[in-house]
Amino acid sequence: MQKRFTQTFSNNKIVAYLLAVVLLITAMLLAISIGTVSVPIFDIVQIIGAGIFGFSMEQVDPMYSNIVLNIRLPRVILSGLVGASLAIAGAAFQGLLRNPLADPYTLGVSSGASVGAVLTLFLNLSIPIIGPFTLPFLSIICSFMTILIVLLFAQKIDRSMKVETIILTGVIFSSFLSSFISLMIALTGEELRQIIGWLLGSVSMRGWDYIKIMIPFFMIGSLLLLVSTKELNAMSFGEERAQHLGVNVQRRKLLVLTAGSILTGAAVAVSGAIGFVGLVIPHLTRLLWGPDHRHLLPLSILTGSGFLILADLTARTIISPTELPIGVITSLIGAPVFAIILMRSKRKERGR
Amino acid sequence: MLEIEQLYGGYNDAAVLTNVSFQVRKGELFGILGPNGSGKTTLLKIISGILPYKRGNILLKGQLLKKYSTKQLAKVIAVLSQHSSEAFSYSVRETVSLGRYAHQSGFFNEWSKEDEDIVQDVMSWTGIDSFQDQPIHLLSGGERQRVFLAQALAQEPEILLLDEPTNHLDLSYQKELLDLLKKWTGEKGLTVVSIFHDLNLAGLYCDRLLLLEKGEVNRCDTPNEVLKQETIEHVYHTEIRKHSHPIVPAPQMVLLPKSYYQNRKDMKITTENLTVGQEFISLLAPMSLRTMSSGVTGSGMGWYHTFVNRHVDKDYNCSNPREEMSEFLKANGFEPSETVGMMTAVYTEDAVYRLYEDDGFSLLVIVTAGVGNAVDVSKSHEQCGTLTPGTINTWLLVNGELTDEAFIQSVVTATEAKVKVMHDMDIKDVNTGTVATGTSTDSILIAATQKGKLLEYAGSIAPLGKLIGKGVYECTKEAIMKSKERKERAYAD
Repeated sequence: MQKRFTQTFSNNKIVAYLLAVVLLITAMLLAISIGTVSVPIFDIVQIIGAGIFGFSMEQVDPMYSNIVLNIRLPRVILSGLVGASLAIAGAAFQGLLRNPLADPYTLGVSSGASVGAVLTLFLNLSIPIIGPFTLPFLSIICSFMTILIVLLFAQKIDRSMKVETIILTGVIFSSFLSSFISLMIALTGEELRQIIGWLLGSVSMRGWDYIKIMIPFFMIGSLLLLVSTKELNAMSFGEERAQHLGVNVQRRKLLVLTAGSILTGAAVAVSGAIGFVGLVIPHLTRLLWGPDHRHLLPLSILTGSGFLILADLTARTIISPTELPIGVITSLIGAPVFAIILMRSKRKERGR
Repeated sequence: MLEIEQLYGGYNDAAVLTNVSFQVRKGELFGILGPNGSGKTTLLKIISGILPYKRGNILLKGQLLKKYSTKQLAKVIAVLSQHSSEAFSYSVRETVSLGRYAHQSGFFNEWSKEDEDIVQDVMSWTGIDSFQDQPIHLLSGGERQRVFLAQALAQEPEILLLDEPTNHLDLSYQKELLDLLKKWTGEKGLTVVSIFHDLNLAGLYCDRLLLLEKGEVNRCDTPNEVLKQETIEHVYHTEIRKHSHPIVPAPQMVLLPKSYYQNRKDMKITTENLTVGQEFISLLAPMSLRTMSSGVTGSGMGWYHTFVNRHVDKDYNCSNPREEMSEFLKANGFEPSETVGMMTAVYTEDAVYRLYEDDGFSLLVIVTAGVGNAVDVSKSHEQCGTLTPGTINTWLLVNGELTDEAFIQSVVTATEAKVKVMHDMDIKDVNTGTVATGTSTDSILIAATQKGKLLEYAGSIAPLGKLIGKGVYECTKEAIMKSKERKERAYAD
C-alpha cells in the first residue's frame, strides 16, 4: 500500500493539488486586493486573521477592514463556492454521461434552476418554515426535475440513451425553458429589474446571507459526489460494465444526478446562470492530470473556484467602474473552448 | 456451479428466451452457439444480472441469482463483453484496477497490498504489464481486449462470461486467448461461459456446447454431438459440410459458397482439356478438382486444377525429385502449388485416354503404361530394388460428386482392373518368373469435379466402379500394347 501511495501521489498528483491550491489562494488574495480601493495583501491577511482568531489590528485602516470583510471577502467566497459547485457538478455529469461535452448548462439543468428562481421572484413565493431558502429550494427542485425529464425524454427517443441524444434533448429543453422565462419577464411588471439582474448572473452585493444559503447545499452535493468517485470511474466505461464490476448503477446514477442538480440549483439560485464553468474546468483538469475521478473531482473544486474568482475579478475591473455580468466573461472564454473540444473530439473519432 | 432451469426472459414484454435449461459445471469451458437473434446475448445478459428474467430459476453456486447483490455478484461473475466504450483515456493500470472495485470495502475503499498484487499478476498473465502506464485509447483492438480481460480477471471471478471474445482479435490472438482460457479452466478451476460465432473455434476449445435456436435450446452436449451437419444446416439455414480436424479430434464445419455451384454448373472435364506432348501430358481443368493422388507434387488429398504427367529418362536419378519436379513445372508455366505432377519413363505420346459416359456422370481415363520393371507384389519382399520412375500412371477424372469412400474405392477398383490386365496379358516379373501385379512405381490419381450426380460408392458393382473397371482395363491394356510395339520397333531398327 505504501508503494501504491507513493506511486500515485509522489509523481504528479501532489503537484496537481499544490498548483490548484496556489491558484485558489492567489486568486482570492488578488480578488480581495484589487478594486477601486486597493487593499495591500499583508493587510488582507491581518484582517482575515483577526476575523477568524480575534487578533487586534490597530495598524489596519478600518475602511480596509470594512471593505474586505463586508464587501470583497463574501463576494470572493461566494464566487468561489459557485465556481466549485459548477465545476464538480460538470465533472460528475461528464463522467456519468461519458462525454466531455456534458455540463449543467448543456443539459438544461441550469435553465431548469433559472425557471425555479424566476418563478419564485415572479410570484413572490415564500414557503413557510424555510423562508429565505425558498428560492434556492425551488431552484434545486426545478433543476432536478429538469434533469429527470431530459433523461426520460432521451430514453424515449433512443433506448440506449446515447450521449448525443441526451445533450440534444438538454439543448431543446434549455431553449424551451428559456422561452418560458421570457414569457414570465414579458408578463412581469415591477420585478422586471430584479429578474433581469438575477438572470444575467452576478455575485456582487450578495453578502454573507447568500453564502449561508449556499454552504449546506454545496457541502451535501460535494460530499455525495466525492464518495462516488470510484463508481464514476467505473461508469465512464459504460453502465453495463460498471454493473459487471459490482456498481449498483441505478442507485448511483440517481445519486450523482441528484447531487449534481443540488449543486447546480444552489449555484444558479445565488448567482444566476453562469455558463461553461462546468464544461471548461473539468475538461482542463482532465487534460492536465488524467481522468481518474478520485482526483478529478477535488481538483475541479479547487480549480473551478479559483477560475470563477478570477473571472469575477475580471468582470468587475476590466471596464471599471462599470461591472460586466460574470456570465459574459465565462461564456467569452467558455464558448471557444467548447468549440475546440468539440472539434478535437470529432477529429479523434474520425482518426480512429 | 451454474444451473439454469426453465428460464423465460427478454426485453420488455417480448420473450426472447423460452424454457431454457442447462447446467455448467465448475472448471468447464462452455460455449453458447446460435444464429443471430437466437438469444445468445440475452442469455448472457440475464446470467450477468443486467437483464431481469421473468420465469424460471438461475442458481449460482446453489443460491438464487436474484439473492446476490451487485457487488456480491461481481465477486463471482466477471464479464468480458464484445464492445467497450471508453470516453476518457484512463491508463491501462487504472482500467485494470477498477476490477478490484467489488473487493474493496470500507468507506474510503482502501487499496491494499493484495489488490495491488492481483492487479500486477493479471497484467502479467495477459501480457499487458509492459504498457501499463499507457492510455488505453492508444492501444490496438487486441491489446484493449486483453486490458479488459485483465480487468475481468482482477475481479477474481469463479465464472467468466465472454461475448464473442475473439471478435476483434487476429488469428494468433484468438488462439492465444482461448489457449489461456483453456489453461485457466484446468489449472485454476475457472468456469468459462462464452458466446461463439465461430463454430470451429467452439468445437476446438469447448468442453460442451449449447446450441440456441429462436430462444430455445436445440441441443446441449459435447461438440461432436452438437456440431452435426444436419443440425447446423437446420439451425443456421445454410449449407455446410463437416469434416475432421487434421490433428485434433474436433469437428470442423465449412461453408459452401453459392458462387461455387453457379460457376461450376457447366464444367465438364473431357479429352478437350487434355494436351498430349512429347515431353509431358497436361490436363487443365477450368476449376480446381478434388484430388487424391500419389503424384510427386500435390500428392494426397487436395484441390488442384492442373495435372501433369512428365516423361523422364529411364536413368532419371535425382536426390530431391520433388524440388526438381517443382522447378520443371515452373519452367513450363505451371504453378506447383496448384498442380499434381507425376513422372513416367514411358513415352507420353503413347498415352491412352478415353471418355466413358454413364447416366448423369462421366469418367475420363488416361493411362500411360510400360511393363519394363513389372513386379509380383506377393513376392516383392524377396527382392531388393531401387525406386525408378513410375511406369503405369493411371488418371481417373470424374464428372460427378464423390464421397471420401468413393475416392478410396476408386483406387481399389482401378488397381484390381490393372492387376487383371497384367494377368490377362501374362506379364511376368522378371526376377521371380511369376505373373506380375503391376510395376514397382505405379501412380494413381482420382479427381472429381464434385458437382452433378452424387456418387457415393465406387466398388466394382457400383455405377462408377463399373465404369472404372471397364475404362482402366481397356486403356491399360491398350497402353501396354503401344509400349510393346514401340519396343519391338526399336529392336527392328
